[in-house]
Amino acid sequence: MTDPGAKAADPNLPLGAGDVGETRPFVRLDRVVKRFGGFVAVNGVTLDIARGELFCLLGGSGCGKSTLLRMLAGFEHPDSGRIEIDGQTMAGVPAYARPTNMMFQSYALFPHMSVARNVGYGLVREGVARAEIGQRVEEMLRLVRLETFGDRRPHQLSGGQRQRVALARALIKRPKLLLLDEPLGALDAKLREETQFELRALQARRGVTFIVVTHDQVEAMTLASRIGVMEAGEIRQIGAPRAVYEQPQSRFVAGFLGSVNLFEGTVDVAAPDLMRIRTPGGGFVVPPASGLSARQPVALAVRPEKMRIAAGAAQADNALQAVVEERAYLGDRTMFKLRLNDGTVLKVLSAAAEAGVLAVEPEAAVDGGGAAADGGGLTA
Amino acid sequence: MRPVFWMLAFVGFVFLYAPIVVLVVYSFNASELVTVWGGFSLRWYGALFSDAQIGQAFRLSLLIAATSATLAVVLGTMTALALVRIGGFWGRPILAGMATAPLVMPEVITGLSLLLLFVAMERTVGWPAGRGIATVILAHSVFCLAYVAVVVQSRLLGLEESLEEAAADLGARPYEVMRDVTLPLIAPALAAGWLLAFTLSLDDVVVASFVSGPGASTLPMVIFSKVRLGVSPDVNALATLIIVAVALGLIGALILVRRQR
Ligand SMILES: Nc1ncnc2c1ncn2[C@@H]1O[C@H](COP(=O)(O)OP(=O)(O)O)[C@@H](O)[C@H]1O
Ligand SMILES: [Mg+2]
Repeated sequence: MTDPGAKAADPNLPLGAGDVGETRPFVRLDRVVKRFGGFVAVNGVTLDIARGELFCLLGGSGCGKSTLLRMLAGFEHPDSGRIEIDGQTMAGVPAYARPTNMMFQSYALFPHMSVARNVGYGLVREGVARAEIGQRVEEMLRLVRLETFGDRRPHQLSGGQRQRVALARALIKRPKLLLLDEPLGALDAKLREETQFELRALQARRGVTFIVVTHDQVEAMTLASRIGVMEAGEIRQIGAPRAVYEQPQSRFVAGFLGSVNLFEGTVDVAAPDLMRIRTPGGGFVVPPASGLSARQPVALAVRPEKMRIAAGAAQADNALQAVVEERAYLGDRTMFKLRLNDGTVLKVLSAAAEAGVLAVEPEAAVDGGGAAADGGGLTA
Repeated sequence: MRPVFWMLAFVGFVFLYAPIVVLVVYSFNASELVTVWGGFSLRWYGALFSDAQIGQAFRLSLLIAATSATLAVVLGTMTALALVRIGGFWGRPILAGMATAPLVMPEVITGLSLLLLFVAMERTVGWPAGRGIATVILAHSVFCLAYVAVVVQSRLLGLEESLEEAAADLGARPYEVMRDVTLPLIAPALAAGWLLAFTLSLDDVVVASFVSGPGASTLPMVIFSKVRLGVSPDVNALATLIIVAVALGLIGALILVRRQR
């Protein structure tokens, strides 16, 4: 790993994030640690989030995402480190007094209250006048398109409807910071996609800062203005979806977001304008990466969709000789499994039309896998 | 296989309920003689309702059962909340075991130990002065508490924890979380616990005999003393009424416990 969390040099910061206009971050986590007994669930997380950002915490199950979110909401307390929201330290501030609202993974709708009372509960506790509560609840239910469901109980709703009630309940207090824990986990693919775009629209319209926890990389890419990839209680990389996907800074990040082909090799030439890498399968010419010098062992990560299959012998740079082992038709694309001479298995994803032209059969010798030069993410 | 199980079940239930059926049938006996059937009559029920001693004991028992059930629900719920919310510290299993031990404690021991405690308290702090309604209520609250704690605890454990967090997240202070979310959600268990405690208090004779005093005889105590002079048919009638009350209480508690799911 070269330089984990090198966000200062990140050219892909989203609009409205970082130091545009505002110098102080809206949410600031400083070396936050949380232990459960001897187990370290969150291990020194430092993170700044700007006002109006939609930040995704992405990571596998058990990596500490929920714990981090629950510390922001005030349900867990860090063993060390600082949490600030809007310039205020959260140490000693109980959950009910924080400027945050949370949408729970399980939705946590009150089963003994109607949908309208669920949504209005936050306002009741705030002491808002009854007439205004009625009006704002109605407005909120209209926003999530449940205006005719106000009198139902949660158990009379479908999963998607419950999820929208939970969202409405979290939004009605107009919190400065909205925390969502795997908000779309229980939805089917279509509803999920719809809701993802709704969430984005909502965020753009209301200017609320969102922190969304997910283990689904597609969801993170769709939603986020920035992604923080977590592993074992630590944030491995922070950046815009594109930056994290195209310039992963470690094997873990490369492998976690989408699939990837890894080539182990050594740096041959490290020139200012290009870099040459030697691997057992062949040579690669890639854009330069900082912190790497000649003869250093590296791993080269190439996305399957950045490789092409072509007939003929592989002689040029960025070309490998391989045998097609398997092909899987995916509708809009075809996934090929190739084997290099040294036994390494590669995945190549190609557009369906292209695959149709290429009449490759299993075990037929084909030539070359072209690694497009911009696909070379370097990992040491 | 099947018929065998039906047979076994039949034998078991006959064994359990034959005495009760005999008692209920004889409560409608017209004859003075307990073991001779003399035709159907409600005369013993009539005799019961005109018996001043039994009437007074009945009212006393209701008062004691209602009061101690209410006390047991309050204390038992607090115990259950403490046991569930205190988290996983090392002493928790011991505490939980101690809270439920009175369930299996012989009533004679419970009664005797409470009697000794009350006597010692009277001598040192001057309260309770003598034994009577108050001491019976206290004693019943104590042994019903354990039952309530068990019922409420299982309900609390089944409660999704994030519901209370969600309330806090929406601005509810701890007592508001309790009032708006926790208590309404465990209400069926509270009602079930109350009915259970009421029933237990209503039919207790052992503990009451230890801690009761002159002029504070509960209904089961009156029955017991009457029976010692020889079984009279009006006791059959009384026993039938108590069985009906207890059965209704238990069925009610069962329905409430089931409804929670
Ligand atoms: N209250 C708790 N007590 C003990 N361990 C916990 C507790 N909460 C979470 N953990 C552990 O901390 C780790 C991170 O949990 P969590 O933050 O929920 O992960 P996820 O990334 O899946 O949301 C897990 O290994 C989990 O078992
Ligand atoms: Mg989680």
